[in-house]
Amino acid sequence: MMLESIFAGFGGQGVMLMGQLLAYSGMYEGKNVSWFPSYGPEMRGGTANCSVVVSDEPVGSPVISEPHVLVAMNRPSLEKFEGMVKSGGMIFYNSSLIDIKPKRTDIKAIPVPANEIAGELGNARVANMVVMGAILKSTGVVKVDTVMKVLTEKVLTGKKKDLVDVNRAALQKGMELVS
Amino acid sequence: MAERVMMKGNEAIAEGAIRAGCRFFFGYPITPQNEVPEYMSRRMPEVGGTFIQAESEVSAINMVYGAAGAGVRAMTSSSSPGGSLKMEGISYAAGAELPCVIVNVSRGGPGLGGLSPSQSDYFQATKGGGHGDYRLVVFAPASVQEIIDLMYLAFVTADKYRNPVVVLADGLLGQMMEPVTLTEVEDLQIPAKPWATTGMMNGKPQSVINSLGLIGEELEKINARLQKKYREIEANEVRFEEEGTEEADLVVVAYGTSARVAKSAIAKAKLAGKKVGLFRPITLWPFPTKQLSELGKAGKRFLVVEMSAGQMVEDVRLAVNGQARVDFFGKLNGTIPSVNEVYDAIIKSFNGQGVA
Amino acid sequence: MEKVFGRPEALQDREMHYCPGCTHGIIHRLVAEAIDELKIREKTIGIAPVGCSVTAYNYFNCDMQQAAHGRAPAVATGIKRALPDRIVFTYQGDGDLASIGTAEIIHAANRGEKITVIFINNAIYGMTGGQMAPTTLPGQKTTTSPLGRDVTTMGYPVKMTEMLNTLEAPVFLARVSVHDPKRVNKAKEAIKKAFENQVQGKGFSMVEVLSTCPTNWGMAPVEALKWLEANMIPQFPLGTVRDREGVAE
Repeated sequence: MMLESIFAGFGGQGVMLMGQLLAYSGMYEGKNVSWFPSYGPEMRGGTANCSVVVSDEPVGSPVISEPHVLVAMNRPSLEKFEGMVKSGGMIFYNSSLIDIKPKRTDIKAIPVPANEIAGELGNARVANMVVMGAILKSTGVVKVDTVMKVLTEKVLTGKKKDLVDVNRAALQKGMELVS
Repeated sequence: MAERVMMKGNEAIAEGAIRAGCRFFFGYPITPQNEVPEYMSRRMPEVGGTFIQAESEVSAINMVYGAAGAGVRAMTSSSSPGGSLKMEGISYAAGAELPCVIVNVSRGGPGLGGLSPSQSDYFQATKGGGHGDYRLVVFAPASVQEIIDLMYLAFVTADKYRNPVVVLADGLLGQMMEPVTLTEVEDLQIPAKPWATTGMMNGKPQSVINSLGLIGEELEKINARLQKKYREIEANEVRFEEEGTEEADLVVVAYGTSARVAKSAIAKAKLAGKKVGLFRPITLWPFPTKQLSELGKAGKRFLVVEMSAGQMVEDVRLAVNGQARVDFFGKLNGTIPSVNEVYDAIIKSFNGQGVA
Repeated sequence: MEKVFGRPEALQDREMHYCPGCTHGIIHRLVAEAIDELKIREKTIGIAPVGCSVTAYNYFNCDMQQAAHGRAPAVATGIKRALPDRIVFTYQGDGDLASIGTAEIIHAANRGEKITVIFINNAIYGMTGGQMAPTTLPGQKTTTSPLGRDVTTMGYPVKMTEMLNTLEAPVFLARVSVHDPKRVNKAKEAIKKAFENQVQGKGFSMVEVLSTCPTNWGMAPVEALKWLEANMIPQFPLGTVRDREGVAE
């Protein structure tokens, strides 16, 4: 098993966190993982992306040229990375904010109305977890239980503890979307 | 107890140093290594250490000089343009034989260059950069775990030979996160340093930290002693990793980030039925000259992959010394080679077509 | 018979290489006397600069480091932070401290490093052969200002003591001279105070010492002392500009 994914969006959408969550979960499950962010001036323009590899074998290049999975949280990200996705791969795109559809026909396009669902759950910031749920269900790369474990142990600690339930609900909604 | 955590390469540089007993960090902000001083500024007070954000890279390396001369494990880190500023101090530290560690999380040049990962500081790290006949031990990690391991080895080697040691990473290794196992180091192997300027208490004779040799043949003697030490390091400290070189027809030579990309490309080439191996120098100085020479004698051909216009390839060619063909594939500062690009280069080199 | 005058213990028994009439020798002695009187020789670490006093480690009888040109305050910072209970001093000339090492001295002073700086100002580069220094006087001829220092293109003498006096952190800043016995005694007091401050755990102290360079000024020793008094003191007024209690530990 090897899954290469790129997470992209604008600052504040939690794309770096999504990537780290996937990488951490892979590590928890004993897999080889890497996480590599865009950095430097790229970060200043308001868009951010990271590349995550989860693999049974040791990770070679952490830089991905043909991702199996693209997560596009905003339109510029979809436009920038759509062409790179491996034939037969998947594109999860935030249909709440992106008013176009992927042009590719050799990939599986999965629209996720992430902001709408997050709004219904009463916390706009969990839009990324809705998408995460869809990814987990579609790829099976790591278990949702593992992701919840990482979330509670590494991310939602201290004052953020109250947010565990809404994050779990967001993951669940995302999974239901692709069932 | 071994602890497994996800860590950024830059954080691993800092944590690895602290676990190696380094308690003195002097640095200046520069991308893409800012997490090193940031981490140190948080962590050093926790372990009773000292962090100073120096006024310049020049001052930072000279603070290292003073602290190392006073007998403690000290380090600085920077990225390429900052590394150039440190060259004066590094030459002095080499001349005064001060054990210390200098990290370069390199980026593209020349000049202000860019922020993206690059391997174009190979010449500077391995062949001087500063003035005079000196050598630095240069470690080139290729993973976050190896950063932790080599930071420890860097301090041990620096102390063992009383010599500055460079850890040469790049922006990708600094920024990426990977799982690492953090172990408590039980034996720090810090030797006694009677030469250090700690004061003349209890009848200790005067210590002088110095790189000056004005009189007569003094300087010649200093240099002869240094060269003797360098031969000893060459004999004892060469490190490298080999994968499938024995059965290979073509050996890809790459270090650091390039070696990781090459590994993926080699796996792809093997699937296509090509006998390709990887030779990854871990010490860039001392360089694994002998090992590469033997591979050349055994009839292998070579492809060197670097994120530069071709720097290490010169050392590979010197090692192989005309016995075998050495092709080169490089990326010119700005992008990391893709697995497919390196794969294409491997196929061309394998078929004897040469690589541009 | 009682011995009333001898070599301080903090000086090695060795002939100095300085030119006849050069005041480095006097200032070395004052530093050594201060170290002896405070009984700190064994825990003192000095830093020699680049310049005429580059081999000061051959004269001071304490542990010494030799620093790259201008970098002594950074080296001193590294030593003092590593060994906070030792006494650390730098001995720097005007090219070293006021030209190539301005960043290092300003920031060491601004951090309030608990070190003692002895700054020798003789308005010229000695070791390299009489070139213009940042402290060279207006109109003064040197080998790189052969027509005299033209302030319109070469600037004015840099007043380091006054410059550092704009910073909050330093606890002691003084300018002294060694051109006559009375001034030598005053200089000794200031130098001792600068070391005493460090013994007491106070902050940064610097003593600027006006000094002669008969060789490169092209003068006889006595003439040089007179020239210093007549020409340098009006440019570089003597006195203590800062004497704060600092933060004792």
